[in-house]
This record gives sequence, C-alpha cells and structure tokens, in this order.
Amino acid sequence: MAKIIVDGTEIEADESRNLLEVLLACGEDLPYFCWHPKMGSVGACRQCAVVQHRNQEDERGRIVMSCMTPITEGAIFSVQNETASGFRASVVENLMVNHPHDCPVCEEGGECHLQDMTVMTGHRDRSYRHLKMTFENQYLGPFIGHEMNRCITCYRCVRYYQDYAGGSDLAAFASRDRVYFGRAEDGVLENEFAGNLVEVCPTGVFTDKTLSEHYTRKWDLASAPAICTGCSLGCNISVSERYGELRRIHNRYHGEINGYFLCDRGRFGGQFVNSENRIPRCGQRNSDQKFEPRSTDDAVNDISTLIKDAGRIIGIGSARASLESNYALRQLVGEQNYFSGLDDIEAETANLHLRALHSNLGIASMTEVEDCDAIIILGEDVTNHAPRLALSLRQSSHNAARSLAHDAGIPLWHDAAVRGLAQDKKSPVFILTPYADRLDDVSTAAIRLSPREIADTGFALANAIAAPDDTDSENLLVAQMKTVLMSARKPLIVSGSSLKNVEIVKASLNVAVALKKINPETRLVLAGDECNTLAVATLATQHMPSPGESADLMIVVENDLQRHCSPEAFSDLLANVSHLVTIDHSDSRTVSASHYVLPAATFAESEGTCINNEGRAQRSYGAFKSKDEIAPSWLWLMRLAAACDKPSCDAIDDLLHECADAIPGLAGIVAAAPDANYRGHGLKVNRMTHRYSGRTAMRADVNVHEPQQPGDEQSALTYSMEGINQSAPSSVKAYTWAPGWNSNQSISKFQDEIGGHLSSGDPGKLLFSVDTPLEPLLPASTSGKALDLVPAHHIFSSDEMSSRSSAIRDAAPAPFAILNAETASNLDVGQGDGLKCQSGNHHITFQVAIDHNVADDCAVCLFNGDSAPLFLTTADLMRDQDWTAPDTANLIGSDRMSR
Amino acid sequence: MFSAIISQLRTLWQILLHTFSGYETVQYPEEKPYLAPRYRGRIVLTRDPDGVERCVACNLCAVACPVDCIALQKTEDEDGRWYPEFFRINFSRCIMCGFCEEACPTYSIQLTPDFEMCEYDRQNMVYEKEHLLIDGPGKYPGYNFYRVAGKAIGGKAKGEAENESPPVDIRSLLP
Amino acid sequence: MSQSIWLTGIVIFGTLFGVIGGAAVLVWFERRLLGLWQDRPGPNRVGPFGAGLAIADVIKLFAKEDWVPPFSDRIVFIFAPTAVMIAMLLGFTVVPYAPGIHIADLNIALLFFLGMTSLAVYSVLLGGLASNNKYALLGGLRSAAQMVSYEVFMGLSLMGVVMMSGSFSLVDIVNAQENGWFIISQFLGFFVFVVAGIAESHRLPFDLPEAEHELVAGFHTEYSGMKFGMFMLGEYLGVILISAMITTIFLGGWLGPDFLPPIIWFGLKSFTLVCFFILLRAAIPRPRYDQLMALGWKVMLPLTLVNLMVTGAVILMMEA
Repeated sequence: MAKIIVDGTEIEADESRNLLEVLLACGEDLPYFCWHPKMGSVGACRQCAVVQHRNQEDERGRIVMSCMTPITEGAIFSVQNETASGFRASVVENLMVNHPHDCPVCEEGGECHLQDMTVMTGHRDRSYRHLKMTFENQYLGPFIGHEMNRCITCYRCVRYYQDYAGGSDLAAFASRDRVYFGRAEDGVLENEFAGNLVEVCPTGVFTDKTLSEHYTRKWDLASAPAICTGCSLGCNISVSERYGELRRIHNRYHGEINGYFLCDRGRFGGQFVNSENRIPRCGQRNSDQKFEPRSTDDAVNDISTLIKDAGRIIGIGSARASLESNYALRQLVGEQNYFSGLDDIEAETANLHLRALHSNLGIASMTEVEDCDAIIILGEDVTNHAPRLALSLRQSSHNAARSLAHDAGIPLWHDAAVRGLAQDKKSPVFILTPYADRLDDVSTAAIRLSPREIADTGFALANAIAAPDDTDSENLLVAQMKTVLMSARKPLIVSGSSLKNVEIVKASLNVAVALKKINPETRLVLAGDECNTLAVATLATQHMPSPGESADLMIVVENDLQRHCSPEAFSDLLANVSHLVTIDHSDSRTVSASHYVLPAATFAESEGTCINNEGRAQRSYGAFKSKDEIAPSWLWLMRLAAACDKPSCDAIDDLLHECADAIPGLAGIVAAAPDANYRGHGLKVNRMTHRYSGRTAMRADVNVHEPQQPGDEQSALTYSMEGINQSAPSSVKAYTWAPGWNSNQSISKFQDEIGGHLSSGDPGKLLFSVDTPLEPLLPASTSGKALDLVPAHHIFSSDEMSSRSSAIRDAAPAPFAILNAETASNLDVGQGDGLKCQSGNHHITFQVAIDHNVADDCAVCLFNGDSAPLFLTTADLMRDQDWTAPDTANLIGSDRMSR
Repeated sequence: MFSAIISQLRTLWQILLHTFSGYETVQYPEEKPYLAPRYRGRIVLTRDPDGVERCVACNLCAVACPVDCIALQKTEDEDGRWYPEFFRINFSRCIMCGFCEEACPTYSIQLTPDFEMCEYDRQNMVYEKEHLLIDGPGKYPGYNFYRVAGKAIGGKAKGEAENESPPVDIRSLLP
Repeated sequence: MSQSIWLTGIVIFGTLFGVIGGAAVLVWFERRLLGLWQDRPGPNRVGPFGAGLAIADVIKLFAKEDWVPPFSDRIVFIFAPTAVMIAMLLGFTVVPYAPGIHIADLNIALLFFLGMTSLAVYSVLLGGLASNNKYALLGGLRSAAQMVSYEVFMGLSLMGVVMMSGSFSLVDIVNAQENGWFIISQFLGFFVFVVAGIAESHRLPFDLPEAEHELVAGFHTEYSGMKFGMFMLGEYLGVILISAMITTIFLGGWLGPDFLPPIIWFGLKSFTLVCFFILLRAAIPRPRYDQLMALGWKVMLPLTLVNLMVTGAVILMMEA
C-alpha cells in the first residue's frame, strides 16, 4: 500500500492498481471511456485526465491520464482543479463533435455512459461549426443492432471482442478519423459472447435488438435480481419487465461467477417468458381429449380429491424448477414417492458432481478459473454447454502473459504492454473432445477422440500422475499433459456432462484426486446439465419410475419427461398411471399428455433457489407478478397440500426453513438471501426505479381508477418505486444505479475493490463444504459399439427453455450431424445428405456435414429437445433416402445464418 | 413597533382603495379571456412538416411528468422510424404543468390554449393517440427531428440530414 | 309590565332571527366584499347580486352528509359546535340596541359578555379534542392558548371604561357617552379591545386555530354538514357580537344625531365595524404563532395596564 494525495486528501492505495481504479474505488466521479475493469487500460480516450504535481510547491503540475498512471508513494494529484476538469470537458467536446443528435431514438439513452460522462464533465454546446461525419451501418444478426454514427472510437468493442472474447469477425477498419468498427461484411456476429457489446460499448453503437423490439428505457423497467436458468453455472442476471412482459435481461455483477459478462444464451434466452407457448390457465382434459379451462379453485379441489383418493402417488420433479418447488412436491407426495426427473446418465453424473463437492476437491468458481495456469478439458463442450465458463477459460489462457508481465515489472492493468510482451504465448490448454471446440484457438493441443477414448485417456492420466515420477507413460499425450499439470502453479481440470458420458466425469475426478495429492492448488470444474440438477440430485434418492411401476396419480412439476426418457418408456409410464397432473409454465409433450394442467410461473415471475455447479445456493426473484391464474409451482403445491389437509406452509420462507432442517446438505440455503421480513431503513427493496414513469396512465385504458400495486409478501422485494436500492444487499438488489451513473458501469460504486467482490458480499451461499479427500473411482467396463452417437450441444439449441425465445430460435441451427470423411463413407452418406437415427419407433434425420476435425467413428449429432432421447439408448444410424435438405444451410455456430 | 402599526394601517388603506378599482376577472363562460398561444392547456401530439407523426417514443415526456400520467410504448415502422405504438395521457391526473412539452426533443407534444375538457365520466379523460394527434405542426412549423438526427430512415439515408457529410468511404486510403 | 314582556319577547326573537339571519347573509356579504377588494366580482350568480348564495349555502349545509368519525369521542364531538352557538347567542342578551330595546339590562352586563365569550373556547377546544385528529388537536390547543392569553387584557381593556362610567351595565355605559364617546378618552382601551376581539372570534389575521395552510382546517377538520355550519355560524355571530360590543362600549351605542332613529345608528355603527373586520381579512396576513403570543403578552398586556393606571390617575386627579 502506498500513500498518495488527491485534492489535498491523503489516500491509501494499492500499488498494483492504476490511479483511475483507485480514484473510482474511493468514490471519485472521474469520467472514462476506454478503460474497463476487465480489459485494463490503453489510454486511448484521454478522458480520465488528472493533474499530477511534482511536489507540494508545484502548483501548475502536468496532465496525466489516470488510467495509465501507476500508484507511487507520495504522488500528488489534483482531480477537481480547473486545468484537469477543463481538459476533460474539452476532450468530451472533441469526442462529441461527430456524435449525432440521436438520443431520443437511441436504445442506449437513459443508461448511456457517454451521456453520463458528458453531463459529468459539464460539456453542453458544440462549438465546432462544421459537418458531422456519418457511417453506414451493418447487419450484425438477430441480437445486436449497429449504429456506427454514434461511435466515439474508444476501441472498447474490438478490445472486448477480439482480446477478451476471442472473436475474429469484429475489427477496426479504415484510418484516421474514419475508423470503423464492424465486420468485413454484413453478417451475424459469430462469437457466443457478442451480446456483451451492448454493455461494453459506452454509447449506442451496439444495442440490444431484442430489447428494441419492445423498447423500454432503463428508468421504466421493473427489475429483479434473478439467476439465469440457461445452464448450470448460475450467472446473476437482472431481469426486467414493463407492461407485464419480460423486456430484457441484463448482467448483474457477481464477483465469483459471471463478473461483468454474460453469454448470449443467458442474455437473449429469457424471451420464452413472453412466448405464445405459455400456459395461461388451469385446464382439464375432457372426454373429447380437449383441454377445458377450469378455475383455480375447481382445479385445486379436483386434484386434491384425486390426491386423497389415490393409493399411490408419484411425484416427478425437475432440474429446471426451483429447489422450493421440488421440495414442496417431495413434501406432498412423500420422500419415497419423489423422483428427481433426471435420466440415468444425468443422475449418475450429478451424483459424481455431488461427491466432488462433498470432498476436498471442491469446484472452482469462475474467478478462480481465471487464475489457473494449466487447463485440461476432458470431453466437455464448454462453449455450448456452460457458455460463460468458456469466457473464463479463455482468460486463464492469458495467465502466461500475466506472469511474464509480472516478472518484467509491468503492471497487469497495462493491457497493451502485457499483450505486446507476451505475443502469442499462452498458458497450456489441452482440449480432448470428439469434435471441433470453440476454444481450440487458445489451445496448446486440441485432440479429437471419441468419448470412450477421452475417458480412457483421463484414467491413464490419473494413473500416470498417481504413479511414481520415473515411470513414463507410453502415451505421448498423457505424458505431455502430466508434465504440464505437474509443473503448473494452479492446474485446472474441466469436465462435464455434455457428452452424456459418466466415465469421462469419473476420469476427470480421478485426475483431480491424483493431482490434489501433489498440488493442493489443483482446481476442478464440472459443468452440470441444468440450473438445478444438483438440487434435485440432493433431494431425490430415485430419479425415474422404473418400467412397469404403476400409480393412481402422477404429479409432474416443470418437467418435459420426453427429454429425459425414451418415447417407449414415456408411453409405458403413461399407460401405468391413471391420472397425470402437470404443473408447468410452457407447453410440452408432457403437458399435452396430462389430465390436469396447472399454469406455473417462470423464473421471471417467481422466487426460487438454484444451486449452481459449484454448490452455491442463490435466490432468484421475479420481476413481475404473473398474470391471471399463473402462480409459482411451489405455491400450487402448497395450495394442494393445504386442500388435502397435509402439512403445508404459507410462505416460501417457511418452506426453505423446513427444507434446510430436513436435508442436511442444504442447511445453508436459508442464508442465501434475506427473507421476506428484511427491511433496510424500514423499507423493502424496490423493483421499479425511483423514476418509473406512467404509473397513472399505463392501466388507464382498462380503468381510470388505478389499482393498488400488487403486494409481495413472499420476498424482501416490493413491486414499487419506494424502497432501498443503493444500500440493498447484493442478493436482493434489483438493478445497478448510482447518482450520475445511469449505466451498468455504476457497479464500481458497489464493489469493495474495482473488479472485486461486491461490498455487501457476493450473492449466494456455498453449500457442501467438506474437506474429506476422495478416493479414485473405478472405471466401468465399457463395451461400446464401433460407432458412437455423440451429442453436440449448441448454445442456442440445447437448452430446453432458452431455445423457445424468438431471437434465439432465429439463431439456432437446423439438426446437423458432423462426421469425418471416413465415418461418412462407412455410413454411405455425403455432405448435405440426411442421416437417420432410429431408436425404437423414434427417429430423427440430421443433415450431414463432413468435417475432418471429428474423432473417428463418431457421429456428432445436435442435442436438442427432439433428439435428447436418442442419446439415452443405442440408436441405429443410416442414410435417410427420402430426406431433402432444407433451404438454409445452417449447421454450426460459426456458420449461423445471415439474413 | 410604531412603523409596523403604520405599515399595517397603510395596507388597510390601500386595500380599501381597491373598492374603487374595476374587476380583473371576466364573467366566464359568457365572456372568455384571451389565452396566449403558449397557454398550458390540453395536450396534443403534432406532426412534422411532412405530415408524419413527430413523436419518436423517446419516453422523455413520461419521465418528466410529475404525476406519471403519460404512458407509451415504442415501436418501429418499416422505414426505421420510431413511433409510439400507443400513447396515452390520463388527463384526470394531468396538472398541465408543461414539463412534457419542455422535455420533448422533437416538439411533438405541445400544450394548447384549450382547457375546457370536463367530463361526467372520468374514464373519458383518458386520451389515446388518436385523440391526441393533430394534423399540423403546432407551434413549431418548420421543425423535423429526423432532418437533424443521425439515424437513417426511409427517404433519408445516412449523411443526408442537416449538418451532415456523406457517409465515409472506409475503404479509401486517401489521407 | 305586560307590554314590557311583549317587547322583550319581540326583542328576543328579533335578535335571534336577526343575528342568525345576519350571520348567514354575512357569509355571502363577506365574499362579495372580499371580491370587491380583490378586484373580482365575488359570488354573483345566485339571485340578485348573488344574495341567494346565503340560502343556497344553508341548504347545502343541511343537505350534506352529517358524518361523525368512528374514531372520535361521539358525545363531545356533537356537543362542541353547539357550545359556540349557545355562548354567542347568550352574549347578545345584554346588548342594548336602543333606549329600552334590549333583552336584559343586567348590572353586570359587561362581565356577563366577557363570561360568554370565554365559554366559546370550550367549543373549539372540545371540538379539537373529540375529533381525535392531529390537526384538530393542534388547532384546539392553539385556540385555547390564544383565548386564554387574549382574554386577560380583553377584560382589562374595558376596565377604563368601567371606571369612567362607574357601572358594569351596558345601558349606563352608553348613557355615560352622551358627552363624548369613549373611543376618544379610552383610545388605547379601544385599540386593545378591537385586537383582542378579533383574536377572540379567531378571525383573520388571528385565525391560527384553523390556519388552513398548516393545519388543514384546524379544530374543525373532521366536521362536516350542519355541525361545521354551526362552527361557521358561531364565528360570524362572534363577529357581529364583537362589533355590537365595540359600538356599545366605545362608539356611543345608539347615540347619534336625531335625524335617524337610535336603533339605525346602532346598526350602522355595527355594520361598519363588520366591514372593517372583513377588510382586515382582505388585507393583513396571518402572523406566526409565536408572534401572536408575543404581541399579546409583551405588547397588549403592558399597554392595557398603562391605560388602566393613567385612567385611574386621571380620574383620581379629577375627583381630587
């Protein structure tokens, strides 16, 4: 720590930081554009100028850029003096010379960093009298809008897109003041993290197209702190509503998980909430096999009668439903009748995942991932299965550059210098997958192996590490990986369930176990299947009713069973059950087959707890009260329990307490967020901004007499403008705002250090902290077929709910199968042919793409709702003779369609 | 003390003198007072000189409104022009303060010298866009927001607005 | 004797209907007058010159919902507005309108009048208390303090007159002014009595108990319908009573040149004073509460005492 003097006040500052970070951290309102906490400084925009004085006598000083100024003991700075503030005002004026008169028709307006900074510096009138420069725009896909006129050439977009996210199709073009940020030609931005450009761009060059379709200013949004349900990572999102519709999803900073960035699935995948596939009301199947609407009371009465009369009830939970809903179901049907709804492979990997969490291995958070310096990825398509993790892995590949810079005495925030010094030097990353991976460009070695081979290599690696030093493995790859892992400061093993192969997960655990004994810094990351897989795996001892198991009543909560069992098993299940009751928010094949349907609320409308892949319990809140009869699943189950005189709770907090008491591993869930009694300064936490507009007019077309705001007895939040926002604990804070900082960049006001943890603690509570070591697991003897059917996850297709969002649907690929030439000729198919996968009566045809970068004897087929059951059983592959290719060749992510 | 009493008495005397001055008010509704064009009465939405809706649904009027009686939703036509899908003013809440007019960046929302809008049913005080939109440009006849904004719309490509140069040829290597 | 009873009866009913009717008309008249002084017509729609407003107002008050708040002290709440009416009407019993035209010529008439005006404070205080409302309570409290403070020198200011006339009887006081109205010899007493009179009837500028900018409507916040009407009537009765008293005590009562009958003189003088009260309302803003109290205790009371001492000394000197 060094002492510096800022405007006459002495400040303790960390020497590894730059002056801008120090000043922002101590609450100074200093404007900046090109600096970003995660991308470091380049000193391009000249906006953060301050005056540095040589000594106490030096009154004049010299102007320095605070983002490029290291902290030195005794340095003296003036931030507010006239030279500095005048310089900053003139810089903004220069940046604004060509900025169009667009704010009213700009999606960024109201949360625009450029607006904030312009107001902060005090610039108002344009004194430049000449013409404004203009640029043509480009089509950048269904997610991002482009309006190049507004650019102030801070270079943040390309630095983010190329350097941080590893994209290659967005660049700076042209020269001098004609610099242009875009693609070489119109087309969809390829990177899976392109959506972050919306937040990275300080003005409105890159805007959210899905928001623009039903645009609402930030001040008019009612938001809630939610947890993304797109994958198992549990990224924190701020979900926002207006006029009873989900309007957008924005990043919500979490110091351990998502930090400043989200993936495109998370950011644009929430629109399924507005989809026409939502179930609006209770329904009962009548004698004509049609659904008839029923009132809430009738439906609850009918179903409770069914429950009372039933001999045996089966309850099937869901990994995409909240912990509360699953627990309420378990309470209603009894522990012995509760099934998790996971298929065998999911259940087995989830149990392995839990074993890892219950051991001393632990699961690394994404911030820890970014700190690791040697990575082995064992059969996990991170980018498409747990996307945000891929962005963190990409950062850890830069750790070689950071350690070089550290040795050379270059501060890590000095982005250009660090990159220049390192050139192409990367930390070792080994990727073992059956098909091309989006992280291949940062890999030391990208090896294409079939799932079985990956598992075998993993076990061999674990054995090699565990073996005494002098025994060299005969497998060159294993030896290479062993050397890298053994010499690393902090090695990381990445695996997961994307290949639906339990052995791979076992192998990765073994590698971690072996390595942990040698290097206690060893980290493991497992990507799970869905947002709550670990929660249901903890709650349930059984996962799917066994074939032939019969019951009088089956209650399914937010689960499309057809995703988790074969069509035969599904019809078998239905045949053995007299009544099927489904509680779900969106239509599915299970809903269509049920006798009663109760409409559930989505994550955007209800409260619930999720347990992410590192065992962190986080509470998610709804932004708005669901319409009509729609209610959270746990509320339906509590109503049903009350109606059939079973022990029930009135409040979600009681349910949580009961669950925490009943399940030993889940004791921490209560502490994940404040309960409904929370008050700060006597107030709840507001969902609406303090400048929410139109309250006396938005419902006036229906009735001029304004209804009372709906109450929220279940949570610490309120559907109101009144409440605390800035001082709210991070786990319930609905949106980020600070005076003068309307954009998400105001987050620096709420961090304990720039880019660090939130000052009121990162949301959530880590469960399962046990320090017992894990014993190596034994591989199961596998006798596979010659040809493997390998699931290929896709960021826009594989998740059940986000794939129903309109924009995501536009970007999703048609079913594809990737084969290498040899496998293709064995199967007698060629590029563009149809490959038919048959399992029982169920078959799907994939369009074939030949790619040399695929392991031998692997048919890599898109995993989505339709194809999911194929991967549970053995399927026959053959050429589909009758199939004709659809119009658009729209196969894999990098070839995403361009309109 | 003495001067204070004198002051009070002087006040009394001066008020008494008002016995002989005439009325400032008029006998409304038989007589109507003159209302200046900038009088703050019933709110209208105007059209630009091309006859197209001026409102770009920027929401600034709504946020400026102290009684929150304006609600609207942005949508876009095929030309890329922003306009309100609906625009609703609840006049039973409106206090005719004129903040919306001051906030409007396109001179779209304007207050008029009409204040006689009594209704027996409050519901009739809710005005939708079709009730608010007038056919002319109101007080600012020449102004057309899209002629000065940088956003391209149908009929006005990039670089064709006032004070704009034609789009940059980014492939040029000339200095 | 029988004629005297008849006459008394006529005077009683004349007073009753005269003052209550006058108070009702005053509601309209005050607003016309305020309008005149504020350069606008005032209420001029109902009937000739808008005079029908008085009747319309009464009908309105009778027709309004007579609501008793459920949280109030019901009995006291209902009693409070009647108290002011009773006290004010009783005050009129001792007013001599003309020689022989009066309800009662008490030898303690002045004390009786002071007693009756003091009773009116109960109405305001109880009304404020029984409403069980913060504003009403504050209004009631203010009123109590204001009445108690101004009561003191209201009585004392009249003692000079009593000394000079040697009687508490109002008829005697009027008769004592044959040779010069007391407004001249007792100018200080007159000034203090006028100020205290305004304060007693809590008229502007001393309407702090009901100051609508601070206290909504003060002690009568919860009152509506005819109960509110009685408060308002009480206030206007107070205005008429104080005007009549000032006329009697300082302006020579019915005395005046012979071309008009005495009762007309009395009426004219009182009417002028009522107009003066309205002029005060039109012209002078309300003081702060601490200013009101300071004026009472630090200016008016010493002034009255000085007046008493000087009067006493002069009378003693004249007798000696």
